[in-house]
Parts: sequence; structure tokens; C-alpha cells
Amino acid sequence: MDLSYTPEEEDFRARLREWLAKVLPGLPPKPKPEDWPGRRAYDLGWQRTLYDAGYADVHWDASPTMRLIFLEETEKAGAPYVGANFVGLLHAGPTIAAEGTEAQRARWLAPILRGDEVWCQGFSEPDAGSDLAALRTRAWRDGDDYVVSGSKIWTSHAEVADWCELLVRTDPEAPRHRGITWLAMPMDAQGVTVRPLRTLAGSHEFAEVFLDEVRVPAANRVGAENDGWRVTMVTLSFERGTAFVGEVVACRRVLGDLARVARANGTWDDPELRRRLGRLNAEFRALWRLTQWNVSEAEGRGVPGVGGSVFKLRYSHARQELYDAAAAVLGPDALDLDRPWVLDRLSALSYTIAAGTSQIQRNIVAERILGLPKGR
Amino acid sequence: MRFRLTRDQEALRAGMRELLGRRFDGAVLRAAAGAPGRLDRGLWRELGAAGFFALRLPEADGGVGLGLAEAVLVFEEAGRALLPGPLVATHLAAADVPGAATGEAVVARADGGLVEWLAEADEVTGDASGAVPVRSVDPLTPLHRVPGPVSGPPDPVAVLLTAAEQLGTATRACELAVQHARTRVQFGQPIGAFQAVKHLCADMLVRAETARAAVYAAAVTSAPADIAAARLLADEAAVRGARDCLQVHGGMGFTWESEVHLHLKRTWVRAQRGGANTESEEMLAAELLS
Repeated sequence: MDLSYTPEEEDFRARLREWLAKVLPGLPPKPKPEDWPGRRAYDLGWQRTLYDAGYADVHWDASPTMRLIFLEETEKAGAPYVGANFVGLLHAGPTIAAEGTEAQRARWLAPILRGDEVWCQGFSEPDAGSDLAALRTRAWRDGDDYVVSGSKIWTSHAEVADWCELLVRTDPEAPRHRGITWLAMPMDAQGVTVRPLRTLAGSHEFAEVFLDEVRVPAANRVGAENDGWRVTMVTLSFERGTAFVGEVVACRRVLGDLARVARANGTWDDPELRRRLGRLNAEFRALWRLTQWNVSEAEGRGVPGVGGSVFKLRYSHARQELYDAAAAVLGPDALDLDRPWVLDRLSALSYTIAAGTSQIQRNIVAERILGLPKGR
Repeated sequence: MRFRLTRDQEALRAGMRELLGRRFDGAVLRAAAGAPGRLDRGLWRELGAAGFFALRLPEADGGVGLGLAEAVLVFEEAGRALLPGPLVATHLAAADVPGAATGEAVVARADGGLVEWLAEADEVTGDASGAVPVRSVDPLTPLHRVPGPVSGPPDPVAVLLTAAEQLGTATRACELAVQHARTRVQFGQPIGAFQAVKHLCADMLVRAETARAAVYAAAVTSAPADIAAARLLADEAAVRGARDCLQVHGGMGFTWESEVHLHLKRTWVRAQRGGANTESEEMLAAELLS
């Protein structure tokens, strides 16, 4: 068991730090949350900056430890988040890299890395959430195209995306996991309608996407027809890997800030609140160690393990506890949306739901790790 | 960074598990619970011969010359097997009390207002003056109560090794619950197929694996804040794990015959070591401002 980094890793960290210190002050101001074209330009611009400096493919080609260092250092330096590049870098890109043809890799991967194109994800449907395999968006073959009709939901960045990684049902007669196909759909195709959804935090972070006889070239199919479920699982295991590294670093910083605010406003004198913050310190220290543990496992096996589900269950709950503690420190100010952490408290509510609800994650842990029988 | 067990560490852990499986299985455990207060000195010497107590002593002094990470692994195994006796106290005394390193001597230790195994001990460390016997809630841990306030801050190594024992119990409690949930049939199916039961088991694993990362990391860094965090998470994983294990076992879990209660009671005893956990919380709170 070794928590120290190799000289190569330390060197990578030092050069990255130096580069961040040089490049971050020159970034344009952050766009407003509702300024979607501005956010697209900002996020793509950052990806282009990473590309020019040789950091663009850190999510794909670097070792898990290098990726951990990259995410840790960029967060500590206050660098922009992956933002609109999320699906391209962490879902669609890895899937195309693993399952796409030579031509498909050549067409789509470089624009993702260069910060030229934005991807969104068309997986969930109004009647297929946790039960993703119940998806009903239909696609049938017509000449060199698929014709797609149906609707998708919870699609982040749909307003500004160039491409959508889309799951469609190509064989309604087959067992449900075997009739699904993975398509790359251009978002400017005829018949695509995007309707933004307002979250409980008041922002428009995701959208509904309606598809009315949209023609998608069959050449945009990644993997075989009806093999989309397997193709997709490659994608999902990436999401449960190192996706939260930066957030754990950020939560630990918030916790320190919270303690200082508590001392300044007197709530620190309440032993119950103080101990609650102490326990959260234990919690986020452990989550950081669990991240290092899982990264070390991925280093050995090459792919993220099921440890990702264990981590996500604990982390999503801890994040909600952190911002509930923030509300206790803020007192009446916790109801003022202009105060720091109040919007974070609201957005933290999505963590036990998005990317597999905590209930689904517990099923995964119980069935795949503990070997308990399937059943409801 | 390679935050996983090395081959040598895996071998050490497997060796300890093999020894304990051979010498202290479930049947021996239940028999011991029926004859409380007696320590198996033969097993104690075997542990000594296997290097359990001398693990961290330098080789030049007849020790094994290993570190805290290895100690944590063997204490996790001891916790998993629910091995009775003042293991932490004797391990800590290996350098100072003659015979402790080899398992010839049994050493008790005043900690958290209590002394475990005082009557069986050849030597006592810490201030145990005025200790009076109490009727111990754990049949496998005889207890004396030391009157007056707890003196001095806890020994960080004792806290960490206790956390390792708690981690072992948290893991074992999850295994026992899963075994039962896979075999006990009600409503025509194993109860582990019901989400209400399945989710209890999943939460047990999540708590145990989070505690594992904290305990192992504290063994690597020896940092006081890491040790305090390990202690809080391991206590939580063990106490709640044993409670949930009991719940999954239903009526059988409430019987003396089932071993589940022995695990729960031991987690309560260990949680008392190292002082109140509010002190660990306060220490971690103060660290946020440092």
C-alpha cells in the first residue's frame, strides 16, 4: 500500500501546476448560467486550450493515476469544468474509441479532443429511466438511413450539441436488451425538437428531445445493429470511474470554508454543529482515499471496477449532507438564493438520482458484488 | 501511487486468515462464549510464534520488522474472526513487557475508563488503580471499570488497530448477512431477492469499503486526522453493520446460539476504546481550521 507518487507522476503534476498558473489568468470571464451559446464557447475554448498544451486526451490515454492528478490539480487551481465536453469526453468518445470503426474514430474523436464539437446523450425516456432497457424510441431501416421517432429526456447540453449519442429500438420483437442500437445523430437533422426543462434550482440544465422521423445515416451506427446495449455498457463504466475526483477536492475546500464561516458567525460555538463538520471531514477524507483505492485498482485492471457504485452511493449522500450542514451554518441566510452554497444545496439533490439512482446502485452492489439473487 | 495490497501483504493476510480459520472457527467461537473469562494460552503462544505481537518490532530485536500497514491487516483478520483477548494491549507492549512479543505474556491496558481481560493478564499498562469488575455485556471480553476521569489522550496506534478490528467485523457482518439472505427462503424465494433486505446488505458493504479506504490510508500516513477519521468510519461500519446483520437474521439473530450478537457486543466494547468519539469529531473539526 503506497500513497506516494512516482517521480514521473510528480513531474507531471509540477508541470501541470505551472501551466495552469500561467494560462488561467488569461481566460475570458465565465458566462452566465443561462447563456448557452456563451457556455458552449467557453467550454469548447477551454478544451481547445487543453488540446494545444497536450492535455486534451488525459481522460482517454493517460493512466488512471495521471487522470487523478489532472483532475485534482485543475480543481485546486480553479480551472473550468469539463462542462459541455462531458458527454463527448466521458461517454460518446470512449464508446467510439472502443467500438467504432476506423472511419468513425477518424470522423468523431479528433473534433471532441480539439474542442470543435459538443455531444449530448439520448438514453433516458419519459417511460425508461432506471429501467433504461424499456426504451421505446423506434428506428427502422430505410435505404442507407435509419428513420427515428420517439422522445428522450434529461438530455444535458441538448440546446448547444452537435451530436447526440442515441439509443434506439431496432427490433421490438427481440428480448429487450437485444433489440437496441447505438446511433450518432446530428442534432441539426430535420425532425429534432429540443424543449428545455427547468430544474428545481431554476436553471435549464437539461432538455427533452423529440424525434419525428429523423433520418440518421446507417454509417453513424456504432457497433452492430441490436448490439447497442453492450456498446452502451462500455460507456457507463467510464462514468462510474474517476468522474467525481474534482468534486471531492471541491467538497473538501467547501468544508474548510464552511468551518471558517461558522467560526466567524458564531455557529462554531455549537458543539453539535462543530462535530457534524468534524464528521464530514472524516467522510470526505475517506472518500478521497476511496478514490485513490479505486484508481489504483483501475491502474491494475485497465478499466474502472464496480467500486464506482460503492463510491457513488456514499459520495452522493455525503454531498447532500455537506450542503445541509452549510444551511445549518448559514441559518436564515440559507433561504437566500444569492448566498453561496444555497444553489449548490439544491443541485446536490440530483446526485442520488442522476446516473443511476441510489436504489439502482444498491441493486448493482447487492447483485454484482455481493451475489444476491435478482428479484424485486 | 499504488494504494492496493502488495503480494506480500496479501500473503500475510491469507496466512493469518488460515491460522485463525484452523484454530478459531465458528464452533470454537461459540464454545468460548459458553465458557467466558478464560483465555486460550496455547492459541496466544501460537499467535506469538506467528509474529502477531512482534510484527512491528525490528528484526534485530527478534521482531518481524514490518510496519503499521501490515499490523492493520492482521488486526483486521483478528477482528473478522472475533478473536478474544487483549490483542491491542499485548501488541503495543511487545517492546517493553517481557514475554509479550512471543505470546508468553498476556498484557492488559487501561483505556477509555475500562480494562479488558484484567484478571487473565500477567501485566497491566496504564493506570488501572481501583479497577472493579463489572458484568460485561460481551461474554468474550471480561471488563473492569476504572473509576475517575479518563487520563490523557488515546494512543493513536491503539486507536488505529482497534479501527482495523472494527473493519474486520464490519466485513464479517456483511458476509454473514449475505450468506443468510441467500439461503433463508420466505415467500418462495431467498430473502436476499427482496430489495428491502438487499439494500441493507449493500449499505453494509458501502460502509465497510469506505472504512477500509480510511483505515488503510491512516496506516500508510499515520497522520492524526487520518487516524481519527478511520476510527469514526470503522466504528460506524462495525456497529451499524452488526446491527443490520442481526436484523437480516430475523428471530435467529436474537438468539444466544447464533454468533451475530457476539459480533455486535464486541463492536460496542471496541467503540469505547480511545475515549469518546465526540473527541475524534472535535479533533477533525479543529483540523478544518488549521
